[in-house]
Amino acid sequence: MPYPANYRYTREHEWISVEGSIGTIGITDYAQKSLGDIVYVDVPKVGDKVTAHGTFGSVESVKAVSDLYCPVSGTVTAVNDELKTSPDRINEDAHSAWIIKVELSDPAELDKLLDAAAYEAFVMEETAA
Amino acid sequence: MRYLPKSDAEREQMLAEIGARSIDDLFAVIPAEYRLNRDLDVPRQHAESEIIDYFRNAATKNTVGYYSFLGAGSYRHYRPVIIDSLVQRGEFLTSYTPYQAEITQGTLQAIFEFQTMIAELTGMDVANASMYDGSTGTAEAVMMAVRVTGRHKAAVARTVHPEYREVLATYTKYQGLPSNEVGFDRRTGRIDLAALEAEVSEETAAVLVQSPNFFGVIEDIPAIAQIAHAKGALLVVAITEAISLGIVRPPFEADIVAMEAQSCGVALSYGGPFCGVIATKEQYVRQMPGRLVGQTVDRDGYRGFVLTLSTREQHIRREKATSNICTNQALVALMATIFLTVYGKEGLRELAVHNLAKADYAARTLSAQRGARLVFEGAPSFNEFVLDTGEAPELWTPRLLDVNIAGGVPLRHWYPELGNATLWCATEVITRENIDTAAQVLAAAAVEVQEAC
Amino acid sequence: MTQESKYMSNRRSVGKVRPHPTQNEALMFEKSAPGKRACKMPPLDVPAVDPASLLGADVRREAGLLPELSEIEIIRHFTRLSTWNYAIDLGMYPLGSCTMKYNPRVNEVVARIPGLAEAHPYRIRSHAQGILEIIDLLQRCLLEITGMDAITLQPAAGAHGEMTGILLVRAWHESQGRPRKKVIIPDSAHGTNPATAAICGYAVENLRSNAVGGIDLEALARQVDEDTAALMLTNPSTLGVFENEIHRIADILHARGALLYMDGANMNALVGKVRPGDFGVDVMHLNLHKTFSTPHGGGGPGSGPVACKAFLEPFLPIPVLVSEADGTRRWDYKRAQSIGRVRAYYGNVGMFIRALAYILANGPDGLRQTTEDAVLNANYIRKKLEDVYELPYRTPSMHEVVFSDRKQAAKGVKTGDIAKRLIDYGFHPYTVSFPLIVPGALMIEPTESESVQELDLFIDAMRSIAREVDEDPELVKTAPHSTRVSRLDEVQAARKPVLRWRPASQ
Repeated sequence: MPYPANYRYTREHEWISVEGSIGTIGITDYAQKSLGDIVYVDVPKVGDKVTAHGTFGSVESVKAVSDLYCPVSGTVTAVNDELKTSPDRINEDAHSAWIIKVELSDPAELDKLLDAAAYEAFVMEETAA
Repeated sequence: MRYLPKSDAEREQMLAEIGARSIDDLFAVIPAEYRLNRDLDVPRQHAESEIIDYFRNAATKNTVGYYSFLGAGSYRHYRPVIIDSLVQRGEFLTSYTPYQAEITQGTLQAIFEFQTMIAELTGMDVANASMYDGSTGTAEAVMMAVRVTGRHKAAVARTVHPEYREVLATYTKYQGLPSNEVGFDRRTGRIDLAALEAEVSEETAAVLVQSPNFFGVIEDIPAIAQIAHAKGALLVVAITEAISLGIVRPPFEADIVAMEAQSCGVALSYGGPFCGVIATKEQYVRQMPGRLVGQTVDRDGYRGFVLTLSTREQHIRREKATSNICTNQALVALMATIFLTVYGKEGLRELAVHNLAKADYAARTLSAQRGARLVFEGAPSFNEFVLDTGEAPELWTPRLLDVNIAGGVPLRHWYPELGNATLWCATEVITRENIDTAAQVLAAAAVEVQEAC
Repeated sequence: MTQESKYMSNRRSVGKVRPHPTQNEALMFEKSAPGKRACKMPPLDVPAVDPASLLGADVRREAGLLPELSEIEIIRHFTRLSTWNYAIDLGMYPLGSCTMKYNPRVNEVVARIPGLAEAHPYRIRSHAQGILEIIDLLQRCLLEITGMDAITLQPAAGAHGEMTGILLVRAWHESQGRPRKKVIIPDSAHGTNPATAAICGYAVENLRSNAVGGIDLEALARQVDEDTAALMLTNPSTLGVFENEIHRIADILHARGALLYMDGANMNALVGKVRPGDFGVDVMHLNLHKTFSTPHGGGGPGSGPVACKAFLEPFLPIPVLVSEADGTRRWDYKRAQSIGRVRAYYGNVGMFIRALAYILANGPDGLRQTTEDAVLNANYIRKKLEDVYELPYRTPSMHEVVFSDRKQAAKGVKTGDIAKRLIDYGFHPYTVSFPLIVPGALMIEPTESESVQELDLFIDAMRSIAREVDEDPELVKTAPHSTRVSRLDEVQAARKPVLRWRPASQ
């Protein structure tokens, strides 16, 4: 699955797409593939503060847990309730199954993230190692 | 050695195939200075008959044939014969934790049935596969409340089993979890609601009470829940006498129930192994410690059971796990499962009512003796009560033992404010004759003391 | 295929097994019918009471949904369930790190002697002397076996023992001025170790294994500092390898005031041959359900005694067993420096009785022979399988051997698949994917309880599976084929948890 060019990415395999001051955050297709069947997503509450590189929740498969790292700092404005009952949405289409939306407090943080090409190269490197 | 299935010739043959000259080659990696070059100083090899003799002999020093009014968190109930017939089947006894679901469906289904019955008994939505015992289960339940609420204080009733409170203190010492004790109403033996209200704040993660409490008194769970929930704290209810749930209203308002299931067919065995269990509301299940069995289907669509939600556990989450607990008490939980099946819906109620009747008669009879009184009144109790005979228990204990009766547990050690009070338990196995005999001895002692005055 | 040959093939022997039918059995709740009973109470010999008037608002109105069944149905229910389990009594159970050895039946008999099984924990001291004598003898045996100075039997299981042991470490450091901040744990450790350290308020620092799977002494020396409370070490390691530089490990720690904690999960490799107390261990736990033959019972009860050196003795959990001048014994509760209680009462006493029965049955010669046979069995398996399964670490094995699935993974078959196929050959799988430092680990611990004949059948099965991986990998990947249920849908179980039965109407 191609990595959307208008998203930005973390080295911990989260993506963010930004519209105005709101960032929408999910995990990448590579991340969902490495985890396998996702059974549960633990998310923060609307209004919680998140920080860039800080954890904001976790995704669980049957035999593994992976922390979620936030690409940016800000305040949670929405969580995807659909994932409560259908966490498999992430497996079906990771790049549309968003997890949280965040009101950015420091848009400059976006510049430190990877673009699609850089992320793809990073993934190639990881899989080769 | 009769447990070792090899002849010396076979050992030699195996060594030869490995390419070792002697067994010492296989231990060569151990630095010479540490190798033990002598026999261990332990008793010599015993024949099976000698082993049985040794333990039988030790058991006679333990004295048998006493009628016991001891309770206080460990209860003597009749154990149906089929419990031991079934749990001694090698397929249950000598099986491991059911990680390989295809060949452990027996254990898995039995645990699923256990979880269901415990949820039904306690009035909760779900229960886990069991914990070490009631005391550690209670400590784990409080820590679970900390995870759920994100708060770091606990209010603990002084009417919770004193040893449970000690265990909780050990568990929470290094978790930054101060727990303050809340006293009890000297008339009823229930938690002091005004003191509780004053203690609970927006920082309280858990209110911990026991019901029936350590004095046998049933706590006012709806009122306690109201106080806890008003401040956003969770209510944790510990239960040491599971049989009470046959007739006592379950703590529906609790958020977490930590129960000791020893009463359900588990031998006293000087305090262990017992069987703790945690039950809770559906929404907290992912914060629950311990193993859980869930229902699913196999590839052909048949119903089957697996250990599930294991990402909560230490072998996956390591230092971030909900608890470091690894084992449960599967075989003891199986005993409880069989016990509850034997008694069933009607039987458990009847059993509980017998307990209620025996304790009621015992409380009335013993407290009617001269100088004796019930310490708490005005709140219902189950099969235990606190008695003050007006004199030190040391005075009458030997007299009771002379007639083969073990009387109540002295409370002074834990509750100095209760002076000479003792905690008595009368389950279904106590007879009217036992109670009447104990009453006569207490009466005689009282007369004697009076004459001496 | 003709009807007849198909019929015959269903009855084909594979190694030591041949299929046979098992009974179906519904959940007990589904078999329940109102009015059936399996119990009869004796007549009430005291005045009957009215629960509603005694209990008032606290009376239970609705009984829980407990089943209603007769005795024969209950016997059949649990007997049928039991036949769906694999067990040591049926055959080899080579779960690495779990020490699935024979559980002697005399242990069960003595634990049920009425004077022991019916003893109330609060019975007066003079009536408990027999049981205290048993506890005392077991304590003395375990101290001799470990070479330690003091012991508590209170912890209910191995992980509970770990917690107790690390709390002793913490209490001692506090008595020296400060608790320190971190516990070092090798990457090969059991998951309970880091969970335990965290619960005791310590940060966990990972220590990478060296090229031969042991402790990297230089890395350790760099890592241990004034903030290090202890190293939690499993010896032999989870690779079944003895840390032959163990004394240097202890020296590095002690030089900086840190302690050496030993996870005794693998004591079955050491009993009677070498004692942890002699090689620098300060505190350790034992697993009576592993090394000392108390039954695993489908996952407990266990028992996890903690033994320590004399300087840690003041911190042991209360109560501590002490002997009086008159030869009697009592529990001592007045211990100012104690870490407190870790459990109500005194521990899993029923397990103490079984473990002592095992020690008595063995004696010093039997205990040593047991260890030697356990190590012999593991090395025999290693020798017979090392040409077909990759051995990632060639260091000498003690009581268990760890292979990797590298050769088979090349064909798309993983350690988990091989384990499931082993079931079709009549064996319980080995431990899968642990230790974590071996990718695709097959961790095999035969214990001393296997005869050459059973070992050879196991080896034949493993070799045959390796051939199947080459010839028909799908056969292995879809195993097991002979069990009551096929592979279960764990994803569904975790996504939509069904943790209890409910009646259809609800």
